[in-house]
Amino acid sequence: MVPLSHYLILSAVIFTIGVFGVLIRRNLIVILMSVELMLNAVNLTFIAFSRFLGSTAGQTMVFFVMAVAAAEAVIGLAIIISVYRHRQSLDPQAMQLLKW
Amino acid sequence: MIVDIAIITAKAVLVLLVVLNLAGLLGWIERKGSALIQDRIGANRASIFGFAGMGLVNTLIADPIKFLTKEDFIPPAGDKFLHTLAPCMALFPALVTFAVIPFGDVLVLGERVINLQVANINIGILYIFAFASLGVYGIVIGAWASNNKFSLLGGVRGSAQMISYEVAMGLSVIGVLMTYGTLELQEITRGQGVLIADLLPESWSAVRLAIGWLPAWGIFLQPLAFLLFFVAAVAETKRIPFDLPEGESELVAGYHVEYSGGKFLMFFAAEFAEIVTASGLITVLFFGGWQVPYLQRDGFHFPWGGAWLLPHLAVVPLQVGAFSLKVLFFCWVQIVVRWTFPRFRYDQVMRLGWKMLLPAALVNVLITALVIFYIQGAS
Amino acid sequence: MSGSEILFFFLAGLLVLSALLVVFLRNVVHCAMALVGALFLIAILFFTLHAPMVGALQILVYAGAIMVLFLFVIMLLTPAALEARRGLWWSFGGIMALLLAAALAAVTANDNPAPDPVAATELFGSPESLAQSLFTEFVLPFEIASVLLLVAMVGAVVLGKKER
Repeated sequence: MVPLSHYLILSAVIFTIGVFGVLIRRNLIVILMSVELMLNAVNLTFIAFSRFLGSTAGQTMVFFVMAVAAAEAVIGLAIIISVYRHRQSLDPQAMQLLKW
Repeated sequence: MIVDIAIITAKAVLVLLVVLNLAGLLGWIERKGSALIQDRIGANRASIFGFAGMGLVNTLIADPIKFLTKEDFIPPAGDKFLHTLAPCMALFPALVTFAVIPFGDVLVLGERVINLQVANINIGILYIFAFASLGVYGIVIGAWASNNKFSLLGGVRGSAQMISYEVAMGLSVIGVLMTYGTLELQEITRGQGVLIADLLPESWSAVRLAIGWLPAWGIFLQPLAFLLFFVAAVAETKRIPFDLPEGESELVAGYHVEYSGGKFLMFFAAEFAEIVTASGLITVLFFGGWQVPYLQRDGFHFPWGGAWLLPHLAVVPLQVGAFSLKVLFFCWVQIVVRWTFPRFRYDQVMRLGWKMLLPAALVNVLITALVIFYIQGAS
Repeated sequence: MSGSEILFFFLAGLLVLSALLVVFLRNVVHCAMALVGALFLIAILFFTLHAPMVGALQILVYAGAIMVLFLFVIMLLTPAALEARRGLWWSFGGIMALLLAAALAAVTANDNPAPDPVAATELFGSPESLAQSLFTEFVLPFEIASVLLLVAMVGAVVLGKKER
C-alpha cells in the first residue's frame, strides 16, 4: 500500500512546478495552464486524504474545485482574448502599463 | 489470481479483435452497400487469380496493403510530433470505450462465474462519455498539425460539433439512467429483462394489459431518448448527415486532407470503430443488449404462462448472438443513413444540437421524473 | 515493491515529466498537450485512490473540455514568435520555487505516521456516495456552483464579443 506521504510529496512537487511555471513563463496562456497544474495538485491532495481518512467530503470538494476551475479557465481565456485584441501580444511584460 | 488476470486479458483481446475486424468488415459493407443503394457495382477491380469476391479482395486485402505501403508524408511546415500523435488520439478512445459494453450475461464454467464484459466498473456509462470526450483531440490536433487552412477549418468545425453533441448525448441518456436506476451497463441490461408489467403498479390494470407483456426495453420506456441519442451519436461520430468536418465536396477532406497511408487508415478505422461503439451503446441502452425477449437464465418464460427450459450453455450463445445481431443491425442502419441523407450545413448542425436536442433532452428528463414519481406514489 | 507501489512510481514519474514539459516547452500547443497528458495521469491516480467518479469527471471535464477550450484559444491567438528567455527571471523564479519546495518539504516530512487507509467499502467513491454527499450535506454549494457556472458562461460571451 502506498503511504500517504508519497501522494503528498507528489502533490507538493507538482504544485511547485506549477508555481515555477507562473513565475518564469512569459505567455499568458501558459501561465493559466500552470495555474491549472496547481489546482490539480491540490485535487490530488484532497483525494489522497479522502482515501486515507475514509471520508467522501474530499471527493465532493474536488468536484467543486473542478467546477470553479472550469469557470475560472473560461473567464481567464476570455480575458486573454480581449487583451490580445487590444495589445496584439500575449506577453505579460507588454501589459504592465495602463496606457494604450 | 493468475486465472482472473488471464480471463480478463482473454476478454479484452477478444473484444479488441472483434471490434477491429468488424471495423474492417464495415468498410467493405459500406462500399458495396453504398454501391447497391446508388445502383452501381462498386469496387470490384482488384482480384486474385480472377477471384474478386464481391469486392472483398479489393476492400479487405488490396486496400490495407495500399494504405500500409504508402509513403508516410508529414507536411514540411507542419508539426511532426503532433501530426503523428493525432491519429493515435483518434483511434484510442474508439477502441477503449468498448471495454464496458456487456456482450452477454454470465458464463458459468464449473465454479467460476465469468461476467461477459471486459470491465465492470461502477461508473459504467460515464467511462464511455469520458473517453468519447477525448476523441475531440484527434481532430483538433490533426487539423492544427497539418498547417493547412482547409484542415484547420474542418478541424475547428468538427471539434465544435463534437463538443456540442456530447452535451446532448449525455443529457438524453439521463432519462434511461433514471428509469433503470443505475450507471452500470450490465445492470441496465439486466434491468431490461423484466416485463413492463412488473414495473407498473398493481392498480393500473388497463395499462398493464395493453403494454405489460412487452419486455422493459429502453425503446419502449424512453422512445424520445432513443431518438435524441441516435442523432447525437451519429453527429458525434461525424457521419453523414453531420460530416461537414470532412465534407468531401466542400473542404477537400477536411481535417484529414494531409494524411495518407497508415495514419489515414487509423482515422478510417477510428471512424468505423466508433460506429461499432455507437451501435453497441444504442443496443445496450435501448434494445436490451444481450437480452432475448422472455429469455431468462434458465430458459424462456413467456408472459402467457408457458416456459421452455434450456441448459446454460445454450442460453449463453443465444444471448451473445442476439447482442451481435443487434449491433450489426445498427451498424447497417448507420451506413444506410449515410447514403440516404444530404449533409447539414454547419449552422444547421449547431442549431440542431443546441436549440433542438438539448431542450428536448431536458424535457425528456422532466417527463421521466414525473412519471417515475407518479408510479412510485401509486404503488 | 508491491504492484501498487510500482504503479504509483510509474505514474508519478510520468506526471512529474509531463508537468516539467508544460513549464519548459516553447511551443504552446506542445505545452497544452503535455498538460492533457498530466491531467489524464492524475485521473488514473484518482482511479487508484478509489475515486472512480471523480476520475471520470476529471477526464470528462478537465481533459476533455477545458483543455479543448485552451487549444481553441491557442489556435486562435498564437503569434508566430516564440518567447525569449530571460536569465534574471529564471533565477528569481527558481529561487522562489525552491523556497516553496523547502517549505512544503518541511511540512510534509514530519514524524507522525500516516493513518492506515480505512478499509474501502464497495460504495466508497462510487456515484451513489458522491451524490449522497453532494445533495444532502453540500447542496447549497452545489446550487451556488451552478449559478457560478452560469455567470461564467455569460461573462465569457460578453468578454469574447468583438466590439463593433
